[in-house]
Amino acid sequence: MKKTYDVIIIGAGVVGSAMARELSRYKLDIAVLEKNLDVCFETSSRNTGVCHGGFAYDPGSLKARLCVEGNRMMGQLSEELGFSFKRCGKVLVGNTDEEYEQLLRVMAQGEVNGATGLRMIDEEELHRLVPAVKGKFALLSENSGILDPFMFTIALAENAAHNGAEYFFDSEVTDIRREEDGTWTIVTVHGLFRSRWVVNAAGLGCGKVSDMLGLTGYRIIGSKDDYIILDRRLGRLVPMPIYTVPSNTYMGIHVTITTDGNVLLGPTAEETDDLSYYGVEQKNLDYLYEEAVKIWPHVERSDYIRTYSGILPKWVDENGQIQDFKIEIVDNVAPNAVNLVGIESPGLTASVAIARYAISMMLEREKFEEDLSFDPIRKPIPRFEQLCPAEQAALIEENPDYGEIVCRCEKVTRAEILQAIHNPLGCATMASVKYRTRSMMRRCQGGYCQMRISQMLEEETGQSETELVYMRKDGHPFFGKVREEEGWDPGAGAAAGNASGAESASAAGCSSGAESASAAGCSSGAGSSVTGKEVAK
Amino acid sequence: MIERRYVDALIVGGGPAGLAAATGLWYSGIRDILIVEREKHLGGILRQCIHDGFGLTQLGVTLSGPEYAQHYVDDVERMEIPYITNATVLSVTPSRVVTVVSRDGLVEYEAKAVILTMGCRERTRGALAIPGERPTGVFTAGVAQAYINLYNRMPAREVIILGSGDIGMIMARRLTLEGAHVQGVFEVMPYAAGLPRNVEQCLNDYNIPLYLSRTATKIHGSGRVTGVTISEVDAHGKPIPGTEKEYACDTVILSVGLIPENELSLDAGVELDPHTRGAFVDEHYMTGVEGVFAAGNVLHVHDLVDYVSLEAERLAMSAAAYIKDGSLPACPLAVECGENVGHVIPQRVSGTSGFQLSLRVRGPLRSCTIKVTQDGREVFSHKMRKAIPAEMIRLEIPAAGLSASGDLMVEAMGQVEDGGASGAAGSADCGAVGSGDSGAAGSGDSGAAGSADYAPEGR
Repeated sequence: MKKTYDVIIIGAGVVGSAMARELSRYKLDIAVLEKNLDVCFETSSRNTGVCHGGFAYDPGSLKARLCVEGNRMMGQLSEELGFSFKRCGKVLVGNTDEEYEQLLRVMAQGEVNGATGLRMIDEEELHRLVPAVKGKFALLSENSGILDPFMFTIALAENAAHNGAEYFFDSEVTDIRREEDGTWTIVTVHGLFRSRWVVNAAGLGCGKVSDMLGLTGYRIIGSKDDYIILDRRLGRLVPMPIYTVPSNTYMGIHVTITTDGNVLLGPTAEETDDLSYYGVEQKNLDYLYEEAVKIWPHVERSDYIRTYSGILPKWVDENGQIQDFKIEIVDNVAPNAVNLVGIESPGLTASVAIARYAISMMLEREKFEEDLSFDPIRKPIPRFEQLCPAEQAALIEENPDYGEIVCRCEKVTRAEILQAIHNPLGCATMASVKYRTRSMMRRCQGGYCQMRISQMLEEETGQSETELVYMRKDGHPFFGKVREEEGWDPGAGAAAGNASGAESASAAGCSSGAESASAAGCSSGAGSSVTGKEVAK
Repeated sequence: MIERRYVDALIVGGGPAGLAAATGLWYSGIRDILIVEREKHLGGILRQCIHDGFGLTQLGVTLSGPEYAQHYVDDVERMEIPYITNATVLSVTPSRVVTVVSRDGLVEYEAKAVILTMGCRERTRGALAIPGERPTGVFTAGVAQAYINLYNRMPAREVIILGSGDIGMIMARRLTLEGAHVQGVFEVMPYAAGLPRNVEQCLNDYNIPLYLSRTATKIHGSGRVTGVTISEVDAHGKPIPGTEKEYACDTVILSVGLIPENELSLDAGVELDPHTRGAFVDEHYMTGVEGVFAAGNVLHVHDLVDYVSLEAERLAMSAAAYIKDGSLPACPLAVECGENVGHVIPQRVSGTSGFQLSLRVRGPLRSCTIKVTQDGREVFSHKMRKAIPAEMIRLEIPAAGLSASGDLMVEAMGQVEDGGASGAAGSADCGAVGSGDSGAAGSGDSGAAGSADYAPEGR
């Protein structure tokens, strides 16, 4: 054990990352321990990315208060941290008298909670705002919005790292001990850490970590949500998230839009005890389709891009009743331990508000010195696709890697991929590149670019092909090379001639000879970039 | 400032269609051409298709994909046709301004004719929404092919292949040759999606079983694939409860259809045919946008690369005429899909000259007659012993008999096969198309025939 940290945060989801970023405003040695290989691999990214208004939660609850606060600060956070956020509004659409009454109750509750910009709108206004929706009236929440949950979390974490927080991935916590000198020893699969403070921001693991801290008795169940992602083609038909009228416990199937214009259908909200199974069920896919077309009739199966699933950790009482967020420091049991339990929706919206609330509790117990060198700004990777031609041309002039498109669907350039690989947190997985750049995310799902990206990742990080992972530790895409021969490494550009040479070697030994005819003469034209005629001048 | 240049013909994509269009234009006297290719080398998807079987129809010899491509690349070099590689087309406008990006910067080309030859892409797992987890180890066949043949990376050991498109079967053989174990190919339809010769040479010759009327109902594994659940399907393609069988494997290869790559075409305002998912074109291969032409797999997915080249050469003749004359004869007559016909190319004709008709049947037919009528009057018919969706049917419709008014209807009459493997698995002789297959164009998967129809989207 090398040093004693001031604060160790367990979990690099959005709340852990917000804690790290907000704590890095003070002169503290901070470490973040994460069992996955990057931030944001669980609940923080597996949701709709809606920035909630705060009307759906019981008055007086932390969920209500911190959601409203989190919503208010999102614009400024987006500017500081360079992630996409749009205050586009959101509608809850109804048809019957009972639904109208329910929406009025929701609106009244929202006003008590401090949510602003809520009003009932009639069919005409609804269809003016969201032409494609089916419904007779709606509650409009003008201050709701959408954000990019990947980049929000990544930006918080990168900004924390920029301000000195250290990240340790692949570091699942297996035990926590309180030492006699009052420090905490945190045992991980890859060694011990010592810290004066510990923060349980373990998300789905919050119950386990809470137990390790001695704060026992929290019952956590999962609420598993399946989703379908539709093509960006449809984005213009969903200018803001479309919800049905909520019951007290379930927000219903909604049709939402991502900041990149993809349409999402979901969630399904099923109770589960397995907090690590992300399989999507056929019956849920069918159900999502059937329910979604009731409010938004434009769902075509040919626009499906992908499905995914997320799990919310819900703290429930002995009757199974879902409880509020628990944010506590229990001095007599676990002093200097911030325990965050049951941080589910609206945890994404509320994350920074949660962090500030928790830090205020820490400050009641210890005075942290402000770090005047704290830099709240994190510059995003410029997205080539979103720039105008003149800006694109200028970027290429500055850095020719911007002229090389790697992902054709999202027009992600080599320069962007390289910046993603060399991000402040380090980059161990292909998914880390995907979430930072949107490469591999669109219709072809990496059919064109994943080979290039895996190759760049190997080259830039020095990982071998068998070490490379897609996302999870045992998710290796390759079992090895096809050929180990000296001098054959397709390397830069995988020339055709090389490939066929390899094939003829393989075919020699096999009976059919079916694939042997290829070796000769097929590489030559390949070499040059511009031919005979001078073109590019 | 973005530099603006002018060119007679700008060809988007240097694969088999783009190369043949370029040489075709050159033969027609057009010299001011530019091929834009995003890869480091010309050749397109052929570069990774290292199996043989290409060129029998077009060149009279059987070649590998790279060799076939090289034949055209050599012509392009000899003719000194200009091309740029490592350059991506960002957009095409309806007024034929093409923005090209490369490491040298952005350039706008204003072209008299824009020729769309972008090929196609593979349908993915996500598009099919196969339930289950999302582990690493689910690859489309073309991606696995690229990893093995171009990138020297072995992505598989114990393999299940979903879909019997040509490239899936070709990869079944390729993976076997590289030491992987392919447990079987599972096809949702009651017949193989790919060409009979590939069933014979890629599966039967290697004792790889083909299971028909089956689909994947769940994928397992959190990190890497650990298995897949396969179910039998009923006549509507719906999984039959109780028939689930789990196969342990580390890799799932998908060969479930190809989709023409038309994002740029849509930019340009080109209207797409829901049957082909490629452009509506007239007999000159001109799309609905004046001066914008399309051929090859971007127009409709072909079974053989030879036909891609031939189609692009035809395109070149009319594009050359358009560049010289500034216009082409009007094509006001529609060509409609009738009974048993999945799609037709072209969808509009003049009625005053002959044209080449390409089509696919919706399902296997015995004793098949392809009939073209105009206002109910038969103008052409062609008999085939058998027609299968895996094979594209190409017919020359002569001018004689056509009239300058009245829409055309194409029908395929014959004895419908009631499923069963016999259709595709057995005979190598499938009538009019000839037999030089396996070189399946592009990533080679004629499963695309059914890209829209066959996949179990209706579930």
